[in-house]
Amino acid sequence: MTEKNVVTAIHDTLLDEMKRDDRVLVLGEDVGARGGVFRVTMGFVDEFGAERVIDTPLDECLIAGVGIGLALDDLRPVAEMQFADFIFPGFQQIVQEAARIRYRSNGDFGVPLVIRAPYGGGVHGALYHSQSIEAFFAHVPGLKVVVPSTPYDAKGMLIQAIEDPDPVLYLEHKKTYRLIKGDVPDERYTVEFGKAAVRREGSDLTCVSYGLMHHYCVEAAERLAKDGIDAEVIDLRSIYPLDSETILESVAKTGKAMVVYEDNKFLGVGAEVAAQISEHALFDLDAPVVRIGGAHVPAMPYAPTLEKWFLPDVDRIEQHMRKLAEF
Amino acid sequence: MSKDLHTDLGLKEEDLIEMYRYMLLARFCDERQWGLNRQGKAPFVVPVSGHEAAQVGSGWAFEKGKDVFCPYYRDLALMLVAGLTPKDVFLGLFGKKDDPSSGGRQMPAHWGSKARNIITGSSPIATQCLHAAGIAYSKKYKKQDAVVGTWFGEGGTSEGDWHGAMNFAGIHKLPLVFVCENNQYAISVHESKQVAGSVHGRAAGYGMPGHLGDGNDVLESYRLVKEAVDRARAGEGPSLIELRTYRFYSHTSDDDDRTYRTKEEVDEARKKDPIPRFEKYLRSVDILDDKKVEEITENARTQVAEDAKEAEAADFPDAIDAAKHVYADLEVE
Repeated sequence: MTEKNVVTAIHDTLLDEMKRDDRVLVLGEDVGARGGVFRVTMGFVDEFGAERVIDTPLDECLIAGVGIGLALDDLRPVAEMQFADFIFPGFQQIVQEAARIRYRSNGDFGVPLVIRAPYGGGVHGALYHSQSIEAFFAHVPGLKVVVPSTPYDAKGMLIQAIEDPDPVLYLEHKKTYRLIKGDVPDERYTVEFGKAAVRREGSDLTCVSYGLMHHYCVEAAERLAKDGIDAEVIDLRSIYPLDSETILESVAKTGKAMVVYEDNKFLGVGAEVAAQISEHALFDLDAPVVRIGGAHVPAMPYAPTLEKWFLPDVDRIEQHMRKLAEF
Repeated sequence: MSKDLHTDLGLKEEDLIEMYRYMLLARFCDERQWGLNRQGKAPFVVPVSGHEAAQVGSGWAFEKGKDVFCPYYRDLALMLVAGLTPKDVFLGLFGKKDDPSSGGRQMPAHWGSKARNIITGSSPIATQCLHAAGIAYSKKYKKQDAVVGTWFGEGGTSEGDWHGAMNFAGIHKLPLVFVCENNQYAISVHESKQVAGSVHGRAAGYGMPGHLGDGNDVLESYRLVKEAVDRARAGEGPSLIELRTYRFYSHTSDDDDRTYRTKEEVDEARKKDPIPRFEKYLRSVDILDDKKVEEITENARTQVAEDAKEAEAADFPDAIDAAKHVYADLEVE
């Protein structure tokens, strides 16, 4: 067991997986000599050579499309999108090709491709270095979309993603990279997709979130606990497959639910979670489902005042949690 | 064309007869599927007629079972060379359960078959070129003796995916051959509005050789692509081969080419039909005579007619199968 932050856990896991299986290779912009702009592949090119650590041209469509080709030939590519905000030139390859190849070939072909993408705000990244992209991709059958929020999950879910026979979008919240630390077992293990984690048990309300917001929700719940309000906090970990069961079980117990996410609120993950609750647990509810998400503005702005306005923080979450508890 | 041209190219008499037979099979499949469409039995057809020489010639340069095909939708004749049968073509046309490409999931002409090294394709243009680049990189990485071919029209050379694939192939000197079947029209848009400069000229920008050939000449198509395949196999990197040809029918059965090109132009192009042209060569070198032509033609016609009939009578997929194969390990609702 070693204490690590999220980015170190990802780095170490990827390194181990590449040592273990020479079918695993990485490709992306600046992943070679630079070791990735967030240093996830630091030292890889010296360890494995440029053939396995491919510095690609500045072309995200190429990164996705070549990654698909590598996967079709039975390699286990791990592609890096430098920032999730830049994934869109690859949208067609990911959505029309990677996601649909198994289905359209009647199961003849599969695409065991992992696409890593640092996402999320609160890092002064403004419009084009802060985006949340999960809703675009979780909408597409054929893709799996996961968001580990702890170093433990970062490791177990990355190994799971590499082993997965289908394309996995593995989202890494940039602010958690160095902020969130935790114990990581030294041995190899996987964290199954589609299993949410109940990080804090409680009986007064259910709070569902993922990524950075999950940590804010835990903090807000701890504040409430001082006043005797007991919130159950669920970390989704995986957007698709979505663990509705854990959510519904919790709601059956608490009767109140809120969803917190930093993506634009409209048609985001919170909309699906709220819909699942309303379809399957309406009569368990003692209050309307609360959604806390980003405003319907194009993206997170730069100036600290503007960024703070956009991004849900612990205070805002606490406020809504109290209101819901008191409903 | 010299009398010994095919010998110079290393092609034997059996090769030539097979190539001729494949061209005929493709043409007859096309005529049959077009007819079935007009009878209301096949909702959608992508015709191949006119492209047979470019496809059979280029396809013949690859080694089946070893090399990899990343085709586009027009490649019916190429697919026959790669190992699909006319029956497979018609199973796909009707959307039948045993359609090897997709089990009736995709529109016709969206080819794919893992067993035959034909990589599954989609409708968006030139996406397959990047898959070809990735596969070629993998072959090089694994030090496998395999060459990858990818086929597309001149319209495809406008897509970013195509340029990305050319760039990546050039940078890494991949065992990859780009084959452009330039029929001068991307649906209705003429080459003059599609391509600045020339298709084969674009190769220079990606550090690879680019060659232009007559796509109505099966032996020239073979020669140019074979040189490129040999080059790729020898580790000397990718090439771009532009084969100029013409499509005799509309883009698809849902298109009407009379809105953008004249009947005279089409009639003129039909005079350069690659099949009679190849037949003439084969007669000139005494490989074919009237009797052999009649025999091959009749056999091909009969096979196509029977295969079409069998495919028409085959089962559709079960409705419930529509929920299968979204993921390898997850059921969906």
